[in-house]
Amino acid sequence: MKKLLNTLYITRQDTYLHKERETIIIKQGDQKLGQFPALTVGNIVCFGQVTVSPPLMGYCGEQGIAISYYTEQGKFLARIYGRQVGNVLLRRTQYRFADDQQKVISLAKLIVGAKIANSRYVYLRQIRNHGESSSLQLISDRLANCLSRCEQVNDYQQLLGLEGEAALAYFSGLNELIRNNEFSFSTRVRRPPTDPINALLSFVYSIITQECLSALLGVGLDPFVGFLHKERPGRPSLALDLLEEFRAAWADRFVLTLINRKQLTSKDFVQEASGAVHLTDYARKTLFAAYQARKQEEIIHPYLQERVQIGLLPHCQALLLARYMRGDLEYYPPYLVK
Amino acid sequence: MLVLITYDVNVTSTDGQKRLRNIAKTCLDYGMRVQCSVFECEIDPAQFIVLKNKLLTIFDSELDSLRFYFLGKKGKEKVEHYGVKDIPDPLRDSLIL
Repeated sequence: MKKLLNTLYITRQDTYLHKERETIIIKQGDQKLGQFPALTVGNIVCFGQVTVSPPLMGYCGEQGIAISYYTEQGKFLARIYGRQVGNVLLRRTQYRFADDQQKVISLAKLIVGAKIANSRYVYLRQIRNHGESSSLQLISDRLANCLSRCEQVNDYQQLLGLEGEAALAYFSGLNELIRNNEFSFSTRVRRPPTDPINALLSFVYSIITQECLSALLGVGLDPFVGFLHKERPGRPSLALDLLEEFRAAWADRFVLTLINRKQLTSKDFVQEASGAVHLTDYARKTLFAAYQARKQEEIIHPYLQERVQIGLLPHCQALLLARYMRGDLEYYPPYLVK
Repeated sequence: MLVLITYDVNVTSTDGQKRLRNIAKTCLDYGMRVQCSVFECEIDPAQFIVLKNKLLTIFDSELDSLRFYFLGKKGKEKVEHYGVKDIPDPLRDSLIL
């Protein structure tokens, strides 16, 4: 199994990253903040005013280290990746798959099914840990119903409708999972998120999307050609497809844990005049420290039956997707929480 | 696997100082400096062979000494640290600057 490499987060402003031999050096003015061997780093994430020297950029491209840029508020801006890996035959197969309506539907169905099953699991687990609750049971039943209907769908629009219905049911109960009086959640709001929970969800989704993107590039798939998500210029559709499986069980649960353990409080968020809510610098560090720790945790992959770190899940799923497209697997096995 | 690399370089000549610098820099490419001439490198066997060869070509077998300690896969658990300057683990600690 691939080694889980670390992610370097640069949140300090006016920092300069450069390369010395095979190491990455982080400087602020003349002060050296750190030096790390490049072979331990798989991702560099820069927030705001961070300069990366061209030789380091080139080196990262060569070594497959992804550099991504975010604004200081945490909005995704750009990403740099080097030479394309993998072979053109796999990518051509992927494009043919994307043109074949029957295959698109069957794969999209699997993804939506996994998404619904995983979001239902969040509620089942809550019920198991914190006792029966009729409203939570109702949501779980509604999700189970969506799941069984998902199997029969044969039309793309119907599938989207079903996904929307499941999402609505799922988010309607999220507020009950929050055990911190300072926060509440009513409905999912995006672009921009106008309350702390939505801001956290959007932020964590965007980070995991980047990891899915890296994973897809790493196995040689084209992240911009999706199945459930239709192509749109600049949208990494396949990475978003891959993200669906991780939303509830990984991202949402992580956000809930942060809130419920009171690792983040209402002081950690600021609201702009436009209504958009974002995390403070300090809170973002707390979040990343917790996120990195979460990525190190090991689980047994339900399909591979192998111990893997959570951070490697996007890579595992991308690998399975590539195998399915190559014809080594009859079906794509989406990630299902056990 | 975790490899601990220690060295003694004879620095009486300018040549020796150059070797010392080179060895330190090469070690930095692969791991973290934990004490003045002690490095911890968490690398796979293939990378280790490359590193070892680099070091062996730099050092002078007549004057210097190089030691490799193999702490194995669970090496991190075999290390205790006391006192100043705890070194971050570049593979596991959160690197947030």
